[in-house]
Amino acid sequence: MEIPRHWRLKQQRYALMGEVCPHCEAKIFPPRDVCPECGGEAKTQFAFSGKGKIYSYTVMRDAPAGFEHNSPYTVAVVALEEGPMVTAQLTDLGEEPVAIGMPVEMVTRKIREDGERKGMIVYGYKFRPVMAA
Amino acid sequence: MTEKPSVHEMHADQLLLRTDRKTGIVGYGAYVPRYRLPGTEVARVWTDGGSGTVKEKSVAGLDEDVITMSIEAARNAMLRAGIDPCELRAVWVGSESHPYAVKPSGTIVAEAIGASHNIQSGDWEFACKAGSEAMVAATALVGSGMGKYALAIGMDTAQGKPGDALEYTAASGGAAYVIGPADESVAKIEASYSYVSDTPDFWRRPEQKYPEHGQRFTGEPAYFKHIETAARTMLEQLGRTAADYTYAVFHQPNPKFPMKAGADLGFTPEQIKPGLLAPVIGNTYAGASLIGLTAVLDIAKAGDRILMVSYGSGAGSDAFSLEVTEKIAERRALAPSTADYIARRTPIDYAVYTRLRDKIDMG
Repeated sequence: MEIPRHWRLKQQRYALMGEVCPHCEAKIFPPRDVCPECGGEAKTQFAFSGKGKIYSYTVMRDAPAGFEHNSPYTVAVVALEEGPMVTAQLTDLGEEPVAIGMPVEMVTRKIREDGERKGMIVYGYKFRPVMAA
Repeated sequence: MTEKPSVHEMHADQLLLRTDRKTGIVGYGAYVPRYRLPGTEVARVWTDGGSGTVKEKSVAGLDEDVITMSIEAARNAMLRAGIDPCELRAVWVGSESHPYAVKPSGTIVAEAIGASHNIQSGDWEFACKAGSEAMVAATALVGSGMGKYALAIGMDTAQGKPGDALEYTAASGGAAYVIGPADESVAKIEASYSYVSDTPDFWRRPEQKYPEHGQRFTGEPAYFKHIETAARTMLEQLGRTAADYTYAVFHQPNPKFPMKAGADLGFTPEQIKPGLLAPVIGNTYAGASLIGLTAVLDIAKAGDRILMVSYGSGAGSDAFSLEVTEKIAERRALAPSTADYIARRTPIDYAVYTRLRDKIDMG
């Protein structure tokens, strides 16, 4: 059971809420209160757009404990438009082949469920191919 | 059998719900998941052939539920509304498939879209009219001046027993509406009206996975009586006829019922078809009439009048009379259209469907 951790991370997981450095303007994800670029204190909240490109990816056929329900699934390193890289599952792929450089957008999805139909449902970010608007 | 005089007879001219402050739809957003189960697949497994009443129905993916789908519809509605999420004073989700029996869907949706903590939030339940009930409440909250904006959502991952007639149609999807001041709206809410009665047409007991239906109650005494009474009362009290409306959207458990109810009320197929999505996505229960309305708003012009009438088993209907404003033109392109979601589709077979909809007992 990791309820306190799920609760603590909900803003970044549901909505890609990170930080912006007030000294050098670097956008920070995940939020860590210290700027990885300039080392200054950075506690200003910043909501990421959710747009990015696939930097690299792999298919998980032997899923780790807690993720078997979704197997097989694709995990990607996504380069966000604002700079940072995040690791996340891809979803809603349909027949579209995944490719490096493919534009993707963030969606909030079910990541896993704790305990067999009894535990908390954990929601968080995944990425899907950009929908034409 | 004698009945008490109805409120209708007692206050026949005061039945419409109207607010002191004028309200309207400030933003709207649809959501349809990408998987589609053709009716022929259900027929292949359970009958000797045929295809059911719809071409196909939308099916939620493995990582989707009413909360995740509500979040996406709400984000689309907020994009079109163009307001700070902290200005919302309510986030309400109507559904018959809330992921938790106890723990609100609304608070998770609110957190995900960046709403403040100073809001009303709760889950609504009234079979397929839970979403429109939330819209009435949102209209009242804004119309009373308690808050400037309120978010009302109708969303479902609808249940149907394997092999049952409902399995052809029970679908996933819905829509979200930001209700706010009329002068900021894409469609003004002229009035709403609700009509309910205790009718045993369809129900699901706690901890049951699938609903039961009261067979002969489904048509005339349930769907048609409530939809048509709600629509007729609205038209009569506004002094209008079907011809005064450009579009009409009715709850759509199948393609036939809304066409018949519309015809009974004097609407032409041309007024109904733009908001009739059941043939291509099925019945999204609490989302059905709400997403029919997003499809109409996607194509409506300033000055168009829209009549929307939901239906929820058990039973009741909420009718809304709307008038589209010139703001629709600039707002509609700010988020994906209903047609964009319908066009994004991956057909699946019955075997994949049983996995996606959690019908396999894993022991």
